[in-house]
Amino acid sequence: MLEPLALYIHWPYCLSKCPYCDFNSHVAKTVDHPQWAQAYIHEINYYKNLLGARNITSIFFGGGTPSLMAPETTQSVLAHIDKAWGLSDACEITLEANPTSVEASKFQDFKRAGINRVSVGVQSLNAQDLKFLGREHSPEEALKAVEVAAQTFDRFSFDMIYARPKQTVDSWSQELCQALSYMGNHASLYQLTIEPNTPFFTRYNRGEFHIPDDKISADLYEVTEDIMRDAGFNSYELSNYARGEEASRHNMTYWRYGDYLGIGPGAHGRYYTNAGQKFATRAHRAPDIWLKQVLDTQKPALQDCFSLTEEEQFQEKVLMGLRLSEGMPSSLFEAKKVDALLNNGDLEMRDNATLCATRQGRLRLNSVIGYLLT
Amino acid sequence: MTDASKNNETKPLAHIRNFAIIAHIDHGKSTLADRLIQTCGGLEEREMTEQVLDNMDIERERGITIKAQTVRLAYTAKDGIEYQLNLMDTPGHVDFAYEVSRSLASCEGSLLVVDATQGVEAQTLANVYQALDNDHEILPVINKIDLPAAEPERIAEQVEEVVGLPAVDALHVSGKSGIGINDLLEAIVTKLPAPHEGKGEEPLKALLVDSWYDPYLGVMILVRVIDGYLRKGQKVRFMNTKAVRELDRVGFFSPKPVMTGILGPGEMGFITAGIKDISETQVGDTITEEKNQCKEKLPGFKPSIPMVFCSLFPVDASDFETLRDSLGKLKLNDASLHYEPEQSQALGLGFRCGFLGLLHMEIIQERLEREFDLDLIPTAPSVVYKIHMTNGEVIELYNPVDMPEVQKIDKIEEPWIKATILTPDEYLGGLLKLCQERRGEQINLTYAGTRAMMEYKLPLNEVVFDFYDRLKSISRGYASFDYELMGYDANDLVKLEIRVNGDPVDALAMIVHRENAESRGRQLCERLKDLIPRQMFKIAIQAAIGGKIIAAEHLSALRKDVTAKCYGGDISRKRKLLEKQKKGKAKMRQYGNVDIPQSAFINALKMGDG
Repeated sequence: MLEPLALYIHWPYCLSKCPYCDFNSHVAKTVDHPQWAQAYIHEINYYKNLLGARNITSIFFGGGTPSLMAPETTQSVLAHIDKAWGLSDACEITLEANPTSVEASKFQDFKRAGINRVSVGVQSLNAQDLKFLGREHSPEEALKAVEVAAQTFDRFSFDMIYARPKQTVDSWSQELCQALSYMGNHASLYQLTIEPNTPFFTRYNRGEFHIPDDKISADLYEVTEDIMRDAGFNSYELSNYARGEEASRHNMTYWRYGDYLGIGPGAHGRYYTNAGQKFATRAHRAPDIWLKQVLDTQKPALQDCFSLTEEEQFQEKVLMGLRLSEGMPSSLFEAKKVDALLNNGDLEMRDNATLCATRQGRLRLNSVIGYLLT
Repeated sequence: MTDASKNNETKPLAHIRNFAIIAHIDHGKSTLADRLIQTCGGLEEREMTEQVLDNMDIERERGITIKAQTVRLAYTAKDGIEYQLNLMDTPGHVDFAYEVSRSLASCEGSLLVVDATQGVEAQTLANVYQALDNDHEILPVINKIDLPAAEPERIAEQVEEVVGLPAVDALHVSGKSGIGINDLLEAIVTKLPAPHEGKGEEPLKALLVDSWYDPYLGVMILVRVIDGYLRKGQKVRFMNTKAVRELDRVGFFSPKPVMTGILGPGEMGFITAGIKDISETQVGDTITEEKNQCKEKLPGFKPSIPMVFCSLFPVDASDFETLRDSLGKLKLNDASLHYEPEQSQALGLGFRCGFLGLLHMEIIQERLEREFDLDLIPTAPSVVYKIHMTNGEVIELYNPVDMPEVQKIDKIEEPWIKATILTPDEYLGGLLKLCQERRGEQINLTYAGTRAMMEYKLPLNEVVFDFYDRLKSISRGYASFDYELMGYDANDLVKLEIRVNGDPVDALAMIVHRENAESRGRQLCERLKDLIPRQMFKIAIQAAIGGKIIAAEHLSALRKDVTAKCYGGDISRKRKLLEKQKKGKAKMRQYGNVDIPQSAFINALKMGDG
């Protein structure tokens, strides 16, 4: 059996920047698509040589807005991965997509290029809120794109951002129920957070808008969990919901702390080398610098590349693992602390061996993990 | 040069005047001293920095004198004789009364300097009484007469009423502009006495007035010669410490150090004797010649007693050793500073320190922070209690944390002071109320013109807790305050303990009167509730006396803190956050399951009374 490996491929370009987004995204007038394809291929070659044969379990095109990629780029990258490691039908290949009509019209081409799952950033069904979030689509346009995705792909994710300014439990419940009728078997439902180095950060700190306080956002989270559960979804991760076996395999690799490569500017990777060391990598964020360097050296343009200590690996594993409803082995943790968290109702024990966060614990998982690990 | 010719350099007693200056803070004492130095040519105009005698930055900035300084002036009087005037600049604040008493003991006269716009203040009065106790001749000097608001005649009358010095004897001067300085110098010669006794032929007998560490010269010793001579190269004996040393420098301050090689009877000056450790020099000690010793020691001084205690902790635990070194360095020049290591659960490693008073405490803290770049957490100031145990034993309690179990205590005594407050009468009502609130008992209330003099018996415990700030704010800064220790008295005192999730917070323990315990406890609980950040566990904050809870607050748990998304790239950031949390924990103290930032305790300790 070959060791599993997931690939994350970052496409950094967007038509415009959303004011809440702190991902590595950029707006550019022109993009030389063949050059980008070539750069990705250099990285793939490099990692193939480094790691040897692996079982590629998932590929995720994230961004930026990877639905703005030329489908030919996607196709040549996937073809090259197939050449390097081999691609089975079981491999989950996801593309993040904005639900505009232009992008929806490309879904067929992406399917032909090898994409078998899309993650559609609907974000909201409220026109005003979409404007506030800086999105370039209307609710109607988004839902149309979702319909196209559902017709084109066997699997898709319906993604939303909630806990928006002035949102109440009632208004969100209504919106979420409306969305449910368009959902497939997967949804990522995130609360809006104000991140440093974003336009929202500045505006928020100037007091231009408010977001729900911890009590309201906790209520919003709880009603989300209830509605999704009642609709047959399993909240397999803090903010991710799936029916049946439809969990995102790619994201599960992150949360189970499996190996993944970060390809493209600003991408992060975690992988075991054949020498048994777990490496953490981070590529240069600036697209131009990254592109030039990769084309010049035919190697990844890494800003960081270092092996993680046992302790660091453990920390990362817990930071990710406790987000999952499947939990983690209780034997990993200090019994006294576990008892305190069990008593406090933040953790629960399954089969006397597995710890998982309760709903209360999920809501304040940062504190729970902080308590366990510090 | 022969010894005989050197002897000629010393003055006969009749041509020497040793005097101290007594004044309230900012009544212009240091400026006046500077002017006297300048007039007598001690320093050229260009060498005059303001307040020459206040060497420490902190002295100049606050306009106060902490260490006594001495300077020798040469003044040719109207009788044509050149007199040697030895001026001692003394601290004006009550906390340094000990320094004052040493200075006064080495002089025969005092100038009582009073601000022509403000009048006599409480501290001044205390020092005048001390001077009278030392049989000083006192010369009243009304200063700042050039100010528009000056009322020299009225103030002179007040001096007569309050102190009993005839108004007609008062000199009117301005240290700043130089008005009346020559008359003052003349009066020093004619009205203040020369040293009473002192024989050159007797064996050496000199008083060790003060000592301090100078980085270039080692330990400098300030002396007043009674009998005989101090000479360079002489072997001297310190009679109390029994140390024998050879003098390597003998001289006086002009205020620059001037080496003369000799000091004679009645004179003041300094010596060095190759001493590196200031603890070898004991103020009040008698210095004599090793081979020809005097028969009797001088009576010396009572040692200083710390009145106010608090603990000092470094904000950064790694600064503990720096704090130890810094206290050691300050102690070199301040024998009245006491300290010993202490470990607190809430605040880590630090020192329990004893001070002469509140200003002394403040100054030490400020010097530690400023001169040694330390960030400090001071605990609430406290006093020394006497605990009478049921088995007859008496324990001195320096730290509320160490209070024995209540069952084993028969009674607790606390120190009481006699406070003297001088105030314009319009603030009397507010000040009487303040003293009442602080469990004061009125001893006396008198008037001098529109100024009232209140005498109160007060528990020192109540005074160390922001009493002085309140006094100043009630009287808009016009009231002055002085105190002396009266003794100990039993009272209904209890240890107030603050508990977080059941665990006592040692740094917040305090001893209070039972009547005040509940309100003080409630205030502390409420304040902590605001200061402690919400966490995943509920937090109970309680105030307790013995086993009994007298006040409580509850801090509910934080409901939501998680930021939703977490993909491959977020993990590095998450881990960094965790590392930060870990580091932050070093500044946290654990109470049960709860981590409380040190800053919460620091801010709780900043609590005022209201």
